[in-house]
Amino acid sequence: MMNDAIIWVIIIPLLGSLISISWSRYASLTAIISNLLALAASIVIVNQVYQSGPFIHELGGWQAGLGISLRADALSSVLLLMSMLVVSAATFYASSYFTDAVKRARFWPLWLMLVVALNALLLSGDLFNLYVTLELLSLSAVALTALSDSRAALQAAIRYLSIGLLGSLVFLAGVALVYMGYGTLDLLALSNKIDASPLSQVAFGLLTAGLLIKSALFPLHFWLPSAHASAPAPVSAALSALVVKVAVYILLRLWMDVFDQVLTPLSAMLLGTLGAIAVIWGSWQALQAQRLKLMAAYSTVAQIGYLFIFLPLIVALPEGSLKDAAFTALLLMALTHGFAKSAFFLSAGVIQQYCGHDRIAELAGTARALPLTTFVIALSGVALIGLPPSGSFLGKWYLVSSSFQAGQWWWVVVIAVGSILATAYVFRILGYAFGPRESVGRVLNGGRKEIPALILALFATLILGFGSAGLWDFVSQHRYFPGS
Amino acid sequence: MDFFDHLPLLILLSSLIPGLVIFLLREESHGLRTSLNLFGAVTKLALVGLMIWGVYHEWVSDMRWQITPDLELVLHADALSVVFVTLSTVLWLVTTIYAIGYLEHSPHRSRFFGFFSLCVTATVGLALAGNLFTFIIFYELLTLATYPLVAHKGSAEAVRGARIYLTYTLGGGVLLLIGAIWLHTIAGPIDFQERGVLSGLTQLDPWTLRWIFLFMIIGLGVKAALFPLHGWLPQAMVAPAPVSALLHAVAVVKAGAFGIIRVVYDVFGVEYADALGLLPFLGAIAAFTIVYGSVKALSQDHLKRRLAYSTISQVSYIALGAAILGPLATIGGIVHLVHQGVMKITLFFAAGNYAETLGVHHVSEMDGVGRRMPATTLAFSIAALGMIGIPPIAGFISKWYLGMGALQAGAGYWVIPVLIASSLLNAAYFLPILYRAWFKPAAEKWPKEKPQSGRWEMSGALMWPPVITAAVALLFGLFAAAPFSPLEWATLITAREYSR
Amino acid sequence: MISEQLLYSLAGIGLFGIGLRATLLHHMLIPRLLALNVCGAGVFLIFITIAYAGAESRPDAVPHALVLTGIVVAVSATAMSLALGRRLEALNDE
Repeated sequence: MMNDAIIWVIIIPLLGSLISISWSRYASLTAIISNLLALAASIVIVNQVYQSGPFIHELGGWQAGLGISLRADALSSVLLLMSMLVVSAATFYASSYFTDAVKRARFWPLWLMLVVALNALLLSGDLFNLYVTLELLSLSAVALTALSDSRAALQAAIRYLSIGLLGSLVFLAGVALVYMGYGTLDLLALSNKIDASPLSQVAFGLLTAGLLIKSALFPLHFWLPSAHASAPAPVSAALSALVVKVAVYILLRLWMDVFDQVLTPLSAMLLGTLGAIAVIWGSWQALQAQRLKLMAAYSTVAQIGYLFIFLPLIVALPEGSLKDAAFTALLLMALTHGFAKSAFFLSAGVIQQYCGHDRIAELAGTARALPLTTFVIALSGVALIGLPPSGSFLGKWYLVSSSFQAGQWWWVVVIAVGSILATAYVFRILGYAFGPRESVGRVLNGGRKEIPALILALFATLILGFGSAGLWDFVSQHRYFPGS
Repeated sequence: MDFFDHLPLLILLSSLIPGLVIFLLREESHGLRTSLNLFGAVTKLALVGLMIWGVYHEWVSDMRWQITPDLELVLHADALSVVFVTLSTVLWLVTTIYAIGYLEHSPHRSRFFGFFSLCVTATVGLALAGNLFTFIIFYELLTLATYPLVAHKGSAEAVRGARIYLTYTLGGGVLLLIGAIWLHTIAGPIDFQERGVLSGLTQLDPWTLRWIFLFMIIGLGVKAALFPLHGWLPQAMVAPAPVSALLHAVAVVKAGAFGIIRVVYDVFGVEYADALGLLPFLGAIAAFTIVYGSVKALSQDHLKRRLAYSTISQVSYIALGAAILGPLATIGGIVHLVHQGVMKITLFFAAGNYAETLGVHHVSEMDGVGRRMPATTLAFSIAALGMIGIPPIAGFISKWYLGMGALQAGAGYWVIPVLIASSLLNAAYFLPILYRAWFKPAAEKWPKEKPQSGRWEMSGALMWPPVITAAVALLFGLFAAAPFSPLEWATLITAREYSR
Repeated sequence: MISEQLLYSLAGIGLFGIGLRATLLHHMLIPRLLALNVCGAGVFLIFITIAYAGAESRPDAVPHALVLTGIVVAVSATAMSLALGRRLEALNDE
């Protein structure tokens, strides 16, 4: 039973999705239960990796090569856990968010399919499974984005789908070339086989390009702001926190594990530079944004940029504790952003439902009427800026530290400017919490909506800030699979 | 010594927990809020008393929490932290009483006192920080905790002032962070250690160390209001009087000055810093700021702004003390940390009283105020005289030691003129106020007078705090040679910082 | 002489290129969708070419499976795009 947690974490949401189509009256209950069960399963998986190291599960007993294998190691299991925590919190939130019964009936099956796609993607052991789950993720995400049923949302969804499809096809072309060259798509086998050759370099380029589209790295980010800003709040939370993140995960996996012989410092430097531009440009656009959710979407573009700045540093550092530390810091930043951004979007949703809009300039009264939500925005804002005691403070510490160690000090300037811009756009909102009038609202304004956001924000800003010690050893010991 | 090891954490919790609870209290629960505040303050005082005893007897208190494989959160009590912790704790208690009186009938008191407690927690945390990493964490937390206090009134002006404050301090924080990380990269984790850590690591490139020092001093100098990073301080005067008192006597500026002391003495080591040529640089900035602040203060009619520029000037004495090589100057700088705190908080309390009771915000409105509010004005006078440096008030002691230290280090030729000029300028902007207050007849009507209720000139909670702190300033001066006086502590700390 | 495999592979790449160019150039939904499908066809062709193992032996089944999956995905995505497009048109007409 315990060993099968890796299957349950995918099957349970799938069953939940089917049930919620058939019995839409109990859809939200089904969703809550299935997500909590999947969360439990993800905890079991993390524990298993922690106790006995990374492991592989072959579906149906069929060997790798023909069959589909699922694998869990430190990187994927930690991201899985974060993913399930965010999803569970957003599920609670969503259960009281949708007022329209039709939308609600459509939401749950799609939402659970999104969960299936996320989990399956993180646990995939071969390239084609990655392609399939990427597509599944794309389709669910697009459908969920379109759920808002506004013109803006539909336009954004159509664009998201087209770009996503293009990205997937480019990725698939890369997969084809890999198979042509090496006859297998299993990641473990490939990581041993792949060496530098023109074919593998082209394949590498195609795979990376497809993933860059999916992870919205500048200049391929243009689809993201409108999509994330017009989607319903819980969907935006999942999109910014998770959907974009897993694309980065795949990229990381391919770069570090599979194509480590093929990549060049120059290519890493290119991605790092694009990341740096993303940080500055995204933060600047966030500062200019007039709407809360649009601001958050641009902030995501910037934060993804930080993750890419890690790449040239990880590549440049020698094998050993420095490299491991940088890698773990990247993971920590990804985790913190996942929690913080989802908390932010859920809070933005609360505000939007309270006053009917999310225009920043008119936030004043609302911010005072919803003290807990404002507090959550403050907490997640601290994590987005990278101030202590958030996990991203530690991530930034190591980013700067690695820059100095690798002799690439120019990233430090980018990080400094990015932090200052982030401070500006976060405190632009928080300034509205202070006003001359007496009235401050009740602390709790809709527990099911505000408490999940609070929990997520606490993860980002306190728990990961003080309690991440175990993560470092865990990742450095169990990062790779057995045999690689 | 297990309990003693955990003492720093308990001291932090004694204001953190009441603070968090106060946030959740309803606006109307005055009694509960006041009790929590005072309970926290008194508990903290008791615990700090225990710490003083322990550190005096050279017990070691050290608590560590691993954050990442090479970063540790360290809470450590040494003589220097005890000085700052005690100052913060005592003044917090006094300011809490003052704030309870000042904010009577004001809105958002739960939010205010909640952040107030967080502010003290952060201050105490950075006082007890045992390494640069911990220091920076609490330094940034201090910024976050003080922002809502500056913006408290909620007016457009307050929010603007708070935003300026935030821009300066978080910007400085980024530089401090970069300097610290750079230092970590070349020298490993730096625990604060008497006589400094870097002096022993001779393989480090001096120019790198100079750049790191520059970054850190800029980062710390923002909070310590060194020129040209002082711009936020006059803007932050929009905050309510208890906040100005706390910011300028205890929390923010002192945190910056304390940080400078830590960096010069416990990271670099004062003798090594001198060898690298860093001290003259720091001294020049400090000296300029001292004179600049005083000159600007002359032209301010708004009382709180005049006091703000006075703070800018006075806090740089601490930096000056750190910048002169020699035990006497060190003593002068460290002891001024305490003395300036006590004197300045008195001045701000008094300013708050004038504003609250009489609606007096400007110096030009202060004619005859001494007759109307004798106790407050007496306290103001004592503190002002102390600022000028008139014995036997505490301010004289600090200036004396700074001057003596400068002569000892051969720096007398530029330091003494600065000290003299500053004292003269101080006299120039304080004595006229005293003259107006005591010797000029009062105007027909005060701008906005509150009716006199009861025997005293104003409510007790507002009147006694400045009187108490003024008395303390006098006592620190009169009994400077007594055991446990700030001067004795400063001497104790200095003895451990020099290798001879 | 160019082998058959190489010819078909180049054709696949060519299709992909044509589709890519059209995708980037067109802004309307239907042309772009058609272009993406052409891209897809190109990739599928490459896969099929990989599966060819010579005139005597049986072709490799794995790429065939991949192509089938890919077709399913492409069809689903096309269908969804069209549905969204129709909904958008309905909204625009209101």
